[in-house]
Amino acid sequence: MRGQVPGCTVHTPTTLIGALEILFAEKGAWRPLAGGTDLMVLFAAGVLPFSRFLNLWGLDELRGIETTSDSVSLGALTTYAEIRTHPLIAAELPNLVQSAWVTGAMAIQNRGTLAGNIANGSPAADTPPSLLAYGAEVQLQSLAGSRWVPYENFHTGYKQTVMLPEELITRIRVWRPKGDNFHFFRKVGTRKAQAISKVCLAAYARAEEGRVAEFRLGMGSVAPVPMRALTTEMLVQGQAIEELDGQFIAGAKLALMEDIRPIDDIRSTASYRRKVSANVLGQLLEEMVERFKRA
Amino acid sequence: MARLLDVIREDLELTGTKEGCGEGECGACSVILNGKLVNSCLVPAVQAEGAELRTIEGVASDEQLHSVQESFLHCGGAQCGICTPGMVMAAVDLLKRCPHPDEAQIRDGLAGNLCRCTGYGKIVDSVAQAAERAIQVAEESRS
Repeated sequence: MRGQVPGCTVHTPTTLIGALEILFAEKGAWRPLAGGTDLMVLFAAGVLPFSRFLNLWGLDELRGIETTSDSVSLGALTTYAEIRTHPLIAAELPNLVQSAWVTGAMAIQNRGTLAGNIANGSPAADTPPSLLAYGAEVQLQSLAGSRWVPYENFHTGYKQTVMLPEELITRIRVWRPKGDNFHFFRKVGTRKAQAISKVCLAAYARAEEGRVAEFRLGMGSVAPVPMRALTTEMLVQGQAIEELDGQFIAGAKLALMEDIRPIDDIRSTASYRRKVSANVLGQLLEEMVERFKRA
Repeated sequence: MARLLDVIREDLELTGTKEGCGEGECGACSVILNGKLVNSCLVPAVQAEGAELRTIEGVASDEQLHSVQESFLHCGGAQCGICTPGMVMAAVDLLKRCPHPDEAQIRDGLAGNLCRCTGYGKIVDSVAQAAERAIQVAEESRS
């Protein structure tokens, strides 16, 4: 619903350096604005505590998906639609495609950006679990230089991040999976389309010589921040695939229920989130075993 | 910060584009901006400067309705009509990206557009029929 909309200032820099200079000169005064799919909702409702916006949409330096033999690097302004239709990402990092697919619908996917999804800091966003599962890194840039931050360290609390007021996200980098790998993504919402997650889970696993050599489990909507389920990961990692039987899976499900910190809110309850997370993990592990045994 | 929707409806007086929820959930304000379907309620007008904009008013050419509009008429795809301009824009966008959609693809293409009257069945039929007609027209023009 439309609220009382305050007056505001929008500045449109034409270069990345120009944008960084403004952020540096008046630290904390400017709110970066990309596709607007989150900010415009709050702005129109009159509840956004900012009145000065730095319009980044035209900065081509922040666009483009670049691939090397080892990595895929996505410009901060990469949209969900661009992720959805990228053949290499679809082939090698399918969880990213799936998380883009379930974020809003086409009109949102044409405007919403990957960096916006991260910087907005919502624990219910759907790309973060996939980024966590793939061990993504985030490049932060200021006039002083740039730094790469492991995405798992990016969120420090509810809607809090490690970003300094003078920094912008410039790229997100994901390493290309090698060897015999398995990918799993599942969003649980009220409906299939246009619903915000009650639970979102993404996993990446790699098998080597009959064992789970790598296992990462990213989760959304189950804690104040997007999180990795580290205790559950440690249980699974290193296990012989033959030993991942029903009894093991039951134990892993219990571990996950302890790993996460869900709450009751308008979308769901803590107990439902625990139960459904455990059940989805069970499904994931069964599919993973089947997949690795087939290889 | 003016929204693209405000510029379309209030400054350009093109009132075919509707405001439903005003927060990107319902798709009533869908327009095609630089060839891409967007919710005009979520686009800051400043980001549309110099862009090519197509609203529902630009879908028919002169007196000739677009095949999607024809099929909405024929199949009863509109009831109260408030979602229809956005629905038509989403369908036009879908058929451009995916000229031969199956039902799942049609439902995915329209997933951001809510209708509280039809139950969607006749809307899905309308889009399927528009796709079929486009194929027929193409075949007729070849023969």
